[in-house]
Amino acid sequence: MGFADFAFYLFAITVVTAGLFVVVSRNPVHSVLWLILAFLSSAGLFVLLGAEFVAMLMIIVYVGAVAVLFLFVVMMLDVDFAELRGELAKFVPLALLIGVILLMQLALIFGVWQGAENASALRDAVTPDLNETHNTAALGQLIYTKYIYLFQASGLILLVAMIGAIVLTLRHREDIKRQDILSQIYRDPAEQMELKNVKPGQGL
Amino acid sequence: MIQADLNVVLPEVILAVYAMIALLAAVYTTKDKAAPIVLWVTAGVFVLLAGVIGFGGSGETTAFGGAFVDDAFSRFAKVAILLSAAAILILSQDFMTRHGLFRFEYPLLVALSVVGMMMMVSAGDLMALYMGLELQSLSLYVVAALRRDSVKSTEAGLKYFVLGALSSGMLLYGCSLVYGYAGTTLFSGITAAAEGGIGLGLLFGLVFVVAGMAFKVSAAPFHMWTPDVYEGSPTPITAFFATAPKVAAMGLFARVVHDAFGGAVSDWSQIVAFLSVVSMFLGAVAAIGQRDIKRLMAYSSIAHMGFALMGLAAGTAEGVQAMLVYMSIYVVMNVGTFAFILSMEKDGQPVTDIDALQNYSKHQPGRALAMLVLMFSLAGIPPMVGFFGKYYVLQAAVDAGLAWLAVAGVIASVIGAYYYLRIVYYMYFGEDREALDSAMPPVGWALLMGSAAIMVLGVINLFGIEAPALAAAQALVN
Repeated sequence: MGFADFAFYLFAITVVTAGLFVVVSRNPVHSVLWLILAFLSSAGLFVLLGAEFVAMLMIIVYVGAVAVLFLFVVMMLDVDFAELRGELAKFVPLALLIGVILLMQLALIFGVWQGAENASALRDAVTPDLNETHNTAALGQLIYTKYIYLFQASGLILLVAMIGAIVLTLRHREDIKRQDILSQIYRDPAEQMELKNVKPGQGL
Repeated sequence: MIQADLNVVLPEVILAVYAMIALLAAVYTTKDKAAPIVLWVTAGVFVLLAGVIGFGGSGETTAFGGAFVDDAFSRFAKVAILLSAAAILILSQDFMTRHGLFRFEYPLLVALSVVGMMMMVSAGDLMALYMGLELQSLSLYVVAALRRDSVKSTEAGLKYFVLGALSSGMLLYGCSLVYGYAGTTLFSGITAAAEGGIGLGLLFGLVFVVAGMAFKVSAAPFHMWTPDVYEGSPTPITAFFATAPKVAAMGLFARVVHDAFGGAVSDWSQIVAFLSVVSMFLGAVAAIGQRDIKRLMAYSSIAHMGFALMGLAAGTAEGVQAMLVYMSIYVVMNVGTFAFILSMEKDGQPVTDIDALQNYSKHQPGRALAMLVLMFSLAGIPPMVGFFGKYYVLQAAVDAGLAWLAVAGVIASVIGAYYYLRIVYYMYFGEDREALDSAMPPVGWALLMGSAAIMVLGVINLFGIEAPALAAAQALVN
C-alpha cells in the first residue's frame, strides 16, 4: 500500500465518519463543525484525484463561506432543535425500514448494472486533453465556453433567489429615521447655529 | 459560433434582459408605484415575443451543442406559454392592487419563470432541462408565498418548495442514472445508447425522471401539493399555476419521452398510461366533496392533466398533437374560469365557497351564461370545444391500441361532469342568497366572455389550431 492509497483511505474514512456525526450529533453547532471536517477531507480526496482547483474551491467556498454562514445561522436561529429531533425520532424506525429496502433495491440494480458500450468514451470526450491544458483552464473552458448556456441559466436562478428573498422578507417601515445625505450636505451653518454673547455674572 | 447560438436563443435572452432592466429601472425610480407599468410592459413583451416566435421561426435548429432545440414543437409550446402568461398578468392587476399585493417584482418574477418555461420546452439536454425547470419552479415558489402576512399563503409557498425540492431530487437522481448508463446528458446521445433495447439502468433512470416530471404536471399519485397550493396562493397566482407552467411541464414531458426515449415507447407508455388513469379518476372523484372553488379547480386540473397524459401515452405523433390541442383548450378555459373566480367577492373580500354562487344567474345573467359555457366545456359536453379536446386524445389512445385507457377516460369524465354541473345547477336553480359584489374589472370581463365565446365559436374549426399542432408533433416524433 503506497502513500496515495493510505491517504485515500484516511480521507475517505474521515468523510464518512464526519458525515455520520453531522446527522447524529445532538448539538447543531457540533453538526456544522463535523460538516466542516467532511468538507476538508473531501478537498483532500479531490487533491488525490488531481483536481487541485476544485479542492481549493471546496476549502475557500464551502469551508470558508458556506459552512461558516451555516454556523452563524444555526447560532442565531431561535429553534429548539432538541424538540424537533424528538418529533422526528418517532419516525426513525419506519424511515430506517424504507431506507434499508431502497438500499437493497439499489444493490440489486447495481448487481446487474451494465453501461452502454461507449459510455465511458462519451464521458471522456467532453473534457479537454489534460496533457495540454491544466485543469483550471480546462474547467474554465467547460464552464464559460462549452456550457455557457447552463452557466448563464444558473445566474438567472440565483437572481430569482435574490429577488425572492427580498420580496418575501424586506419591509419598508415608515416610522424609523433614515439618513438623508442630501439634507445633511445642504445644512446651512448660519441657520443651525446662533452665537450668544453671555455676560459674566448675569447668565441668559 | 456563439453568435449563431445566441441568435437561436434570442427570445429567451430578450426576455431575461428585459426582466433585469425593468427590475433595475423600477428599483431606482418609484418602486411599487411603477408596478402597473411594469406589468403592462411585461405582458406586451410576452405578446410581442409570442408573435415573433409564432410567425418568425421555421425548421429545426439547435444551439450550444444540442442543449437548446428550436423546432416547431418548442415554438408551439412557447406561444401557448407566452400568451397565457400575458393573459393571466393583465387579469391579475385589479386583484393585486385592491389587496395590497401589487409589488413590481411580481410581473418580473413571472417573466423570469416564463424564461424558465421556454428553456424547458426547448431543452435538448438533461442539464438544460434541469436548469429551466429550477428557474421556473423557484420563481413559482416565491409568487406562491407573495401574500407573506397570510399563514395560508406562506404555507402554500413552503409546501410547494419542500415538495418541489423532493421532486427535483428524484428527477436529478434519475438524470444521474441515465447519465451513468448513457455517458452523456444529450437527448440524442441517450437515444443512441437506448438503441437495440433499453438497459435496466436506463429504465431505472427513466422511471425516476418520469416521477419527477409527473410531480411538476401534478399528475396523481404525485399531486398531493396541488390542492393546498392552489387554495393558499393568492387567486391570480393560482390562475397562473393552472395555465402556463402546466403547458411547459407537459411540453417538457413530451420532449423527454419522445426526444430522449423515443426508441423505447413501449417502456414508458405503460407508466404514462398508469399516471393518466390514476389522475383522471382521482381528479374526478376527489373533487366531489370540495366546496372551495380553488380546491375544486386544483382537482379539475389533476383530471385534465390525466387526459393530456393519455395523449402522450399513445406514443404517436397523433397523440402528441392531441396533447397539444388539449393543453391549448385547457389553458383558454382556465383563463376564463379564473377571470370569473377573481370576480367572486362579497364586500370587497374574496369568496371561494361555491355556495356563494347560489342563484347567481338572477343577478348576473351574462356572466352566469359565460360560466355555464365554460363549465360545460371543462366537463367535455359535446357542443363546446372542451369536448373536441377530449375527443382528440381519446381517438389518439384508441388508434394506438389503448382502448381500455380511452374507456377509463370516458368513465372518469362522466364522474367528473358532476361537480362542474353542480356549479351550473347552483347558479341557475339555487336558493336565494345575498348577491355577490357586482363589480368586475373590464379586463376580467373581456377575458371571461372571450374565453366563453372561443369555447362556442371554436367548434367550427378550432381556430385552425390542428395544423400547427400536427406540425409541432411531427417535429418532435420522427
